[in-house]
Amino acid sequence: MRKDYNLEKRKYVIGGFLILIAIIYVVRLYELQIADNRYKEYADINAFLNKTQYPSRGLIYDRNGKLIVYNQPAYDVMMIPRDVKELDTLDFCHTLNLTPDQLRKRLSDMKDKRMNPGYSSYTPQRLISHLSAEDYGRLQEKLYRYPGFFIQKRILRQYAHKTAANVLGNIREVSSNDISRDPYYQSGDYCGDLGVEKSYEQYLRGEKGVEILIRDAHGRIKGRYDNGSKDVAPVSGRNLKLSLDLDLQQYAESLMVNKIGAVVAIEPSTGEILALVSSPTYDPTLLVGRQRGANYAALVNDHEKPLFDRALMGAYPPGSTFKPGQGLILLQENIVNLSTAYPCHHGFISGGLRVGCHSHGSPINLKPALQTSCNAYFCWGFKALVDKRSKYGNPAKAFEVWKNHLVSLGYGYRLGVDLPSEGRGFIPNAKFYNKIYGEGRWSANTIISVSIGQGEILATPLQIANLCATIANRGWFITPHVVKEIEDTVMPSELLEKRIPTIEAHHFNDVAEGMRMAVTGGTCRLANLPDIEVCGKTGTAQNPHGRDHSAFIGFAPYHDPKIAVCVYVENAGFGATFGVPIGSLVIEKYLTGSISPQRKYLEQRMLESNTKIYSGVKKH
Amino acid sequence: MESRNIKESPFRNIDWFTVVIYLLLVIAGAISIYAASYDFDNSSIFDFNEFSGKQIRWVFVSLAVGFILLLIDARMYETYAYPIYVAMVFILVVTIFIAPDIKGSRSWIVLGPISIQPAEFAKFATSLALAKLFSGYNFSLNARGGNYVRALAIIFIPIMLILAQRETGSALAYLALFFVLYREGMSGLILLAAAFAVVIFVVTVKFSETVTMGITTGEFSVFVLIMITMVSMLMVYCRNIMATRNVLVWFVGTGVIATILYWCGVAIPGYWYFGVVIGVASIYCIIELIKTHSKKILITFSTVALSVIFLFSVNYVFNNVLENHQQMRIKVTLGLEQDLRKAGYNVNQSKIAIGSGGFAGKGFLKGTQTKLKYVPEQHTDFIFCTIGEEEGFIGTTTVMLLFILLTLRVISLAERQPSAFGRVYAYCVASIFIFHFCINIGMVIGLCPVIGIPLPFFSYGGSSLLGFTLLLFILLRIDAARRGQSRNF
Repeated sequence: MRKDYNLEKRKYVIGGFLILIAIIYVVRLYELQIADNRYKEYADINAFLNKTQYPSRGLIYDRNGKLIVYNQPAYDVMMIPRDVKELDTLDFCHTLNLTPDQLRKRLSDMKDKRMNPGYSSYTPQRLISHLSAEDYGRLQEKLYRYPGFFIQKRILRQYAHKTAANVLGNIREVSSNDISRDPYYQSGDYCGDLGVEKSYEQYLRGEKGVEILIRDAHGRIKGRYDNGSKDVAPVSGRNLKLSLDLDLQQYAESLMVNKIGAVVAIEPSTGEILALVSSPTYDPTLLVGRQRGANYAALVNDHEKPLFDRALMGAYPPGSTFKPGQGLILLQENIVNLSTAYPCHHGFISGGLRVGCHSHGSPINLKPALQTSCNAYFCWGFKALVDKRSKYGNPAKAFEVWKNHLVSLGYGYRLGVDLPSEGRGFIPNAKFYNKIYGEGRWSANTIISVSIGQGEILATPLQIANLCATIANRGWFITPHVVKEIEDTVMPSELLEKRIPTIEAHHFNDVAEGMRMAVTGGTCRLANLPDIEVCGKTGTAQNPHGRDHSAFIGFAPYHDPKIAVCVYVENAGFGATFGVPIGSLVIEKYLTGSISPQRKYLEQRMLESNTKIYSGVKKH
Repeated sequence: MESRNIKESPFRNIDWFTVVIYLLLVIAGAISIYAASYDFDNSSIFDFNEFSGKQIRWVFVSLAVGFILLLIDARMYETYAYPIYVAMVFILVVTIFIAPDIKGSRSWIVLGPISIQPAEFAKFATSLALAKLFSGYNFSLNARGGNYVRALAIIFIPIMLILAQRETGSALAYLALFFVLYREGMSGLILLAAAFAVVIFVVTVKFSETVTMGITTGEFSVFVLIMITMVSMLMVYCRNIMATRNVLVWFVGTGVIATILYWCGVAIPGYWYFGVVIGVASIYCIIELIKTHSKKILITFSTVALSVIFLFSVNYVFNNVLENHQQMRIKVTLGLEQDLRKAGYNVNQSKIAIGSGGFAGKGFLKGTQTKLKYVPEQHTDFIFCTIGEEEGFIGTTTVMLLFILLTLRVISLAERQPSAFGRVYAYCVASIFIFHFCINIGMVIGLCPVIGIPLPFFSYGGSSLLGFTLLLFILLRIDAARRGQSRNF
């Protein structure tokens, strides 16, 4: 047997070659299977079609259970670009009533990473939104011809009543910002914009579900993954019950037609907002569906700014509605007592300064001063407080004390209403005046106009109404809010807690009495309802724009308040001209459900009058 | 008397190690096919209408055939090696004419419900014939030129016939038999030359789209490679220090000059430059050859000359000889083409399948890539994907380990054969396994171009399973008889 041992060594070459190749392959397999995680994703993208199941959005009811906002199905045309094969463009356009150019534009917009940052040819993309029922029907029939396309059911908001647009808000498609802020959103989703739609988005939107479908190499759906055990069912959004009284809201809105301003009505014992009117308002149905974009732009550009919620964001001089608050501070700080009287000879005259007043008896103490809205009384009182160096050291310190009381009454800062974009008004502090006049170079006379709610003082109608509610409650308030109940959820505690100002409760009785006197025999006599004890205070606020703003605060009944109201009508003249009638009508309507015949003329006048014409405001 | 007993009972001497690995591979193969063809509404692994059921039937057929093979006297294989080969060649020829056209290939003979692929069976016949040739008395490959011709004829006749059936992949598998020739004395330089040719081919094609010095970067690189090879061969192989120094100085000098000229803005055309530089070096080699009559210088010169010729023929071969889909497959492997929808689709999806398996895999029957038919041919040529996806890195490495063990075992069986017949036959088996292993797994993981050949024992297909079983069990029978034979001598 011959055997060449030299050649036998070659077995090592052959075996070695095999082992070398095997090592290369193991390295490659390591790279594919362990080092590189992308393949897992690719496989999932291949195999799973995650079909989003959209929940139905929570419905919105008024405080009496009347439906205001509900849903209507809408249909979006979706496409998975990768799966689209040999599309007969002309036929497709014909089905959807589009021109080929429109389709091309839509396609290029869809692929534009700036406009649609979530674009991927592997995931469903929205091609056309809100198909009309007719187009939907046509497309549904032909859908089998267009592989890669499907119809996604969505919801659109529908409004049972065209009211309270500022409170309700609307929904819009999420922007790229929304998507980057909250991973819940995907391109094409909707989210709340303005109103409770925005502030209660978390509750209203529900939770999206997902149906995981298995898809084979030809794009055919092979069934549900794991028999649907990994699917997530959508959770419907929670329904909201607003604290708004739909009838009252509509009534207040009708009274505010052709006027610019706000009406806020609060149930004092709960802080629930019964009506929140910003005028001019708009029709919430304008911001639904395909026309939303154009209509929204028109609203933004409207010079009367209907999207600007005057009730929450408008910063107005409170004028004489400020006086009850003033009275409270003076009493609390022991500057005045009920018998303290100040002279008023048609005004406050001090050191060459004069603040005018109207005719009434003199000297005058607190309750009659509230009754007659005496400027001089509150100027003297304010001067006595700010200039009381014996107690406070200097005017700046005194002013800070005054300011802190106001803040505790809800002025100067946001109250925390459960709506987006609340304004904070403006209450100056000592530093502010130091900056303007120099430290130690100002005193009560310098800033005397703040004592009657003019000058630098600004407040939102909501804050003014809240102060009224605080007086109605005789010394406490609950943060005003528009949502009464969230279905299956406890209301946030901060909307239920009592907030107690730094004023002792018994002082409120005196102020309330003064406000009652204003109705029975003072500036608010128009609010004197036959069966209901109304308390009120007018306000006539000077402003640089035109005629005075007409304001009114009031609550009723006197001893068991059920409603506190603030009416603010821009450039409408005396508080008694528009503020008192509108406010008293709102109170009467809410408490009795109707307007008594002898006051019908007042209602008629308010419904028909137009303050815009005589506002004295220069049109821009 | 004892030797008679052994002859009659080969089971006592059978190499059970090999049998066990064989069984493991075959069972794992059937299970993988079940997994690969499993559908959601699919039922049993034994369902004869499904691939797995059919494959299990073929497993039993193979086991029976293997058992019968073990009963046949080992000397029969040697005696009838040539007749079997001739018969097989005849069948291959017949196949060309009677086989129906299935996806462009005419390699399947349809016999009623079953189709068989003679190319798979020709492997063992060719191996037997080659073994028989080498077992001739005092046969040595290098003794006479005629021996090479005969050996090559035995290898290339089936290759040509299978190419005529348009089964390029199967035909290429026979090239693996060059490992056998190498083991039996063929110069290793031929394998090196082949490797060098592959390198030239890859470099030329891979870098054919950028331009350096007026020629493609691929050509440029190959010229530089040829120059380096020339210097290295003169130094290491010829050990001619003088020549090495002269050629090196010439190459480096001209290179520096060309670079300086290039910086100065004078671009020398690439073909001219390399033509002159390599041409002058070659003439120098011829002069050296005439002076020294060194065979090694001749080989060096031939290498350079053949390389240059090969380089110029690469583009021609690539564009004119290879078919379109073959060109695409090579381009995909070299990363020149993505084309994930067509040519690159298989490999991309198979990489996704394997890659998504991770370390431990998705679990038996849980692979989405293969279940949902993303990988074409997943139960045949791409069966390795299923293993990779469902059993992960553990599964792929285990399967590879089993193959390596089997192949190394076959090599060790080869080396313990007392006769050249047994040894050469065993090397044939090992070579064919190596080729299938390297090419099949290489293509599945994207390292080789797609060449449609099965993974032995795993890929679906009766012909392939039976062919490999024949190959292996004949070896086992020959091996089992070796003790008896050696005693008889």
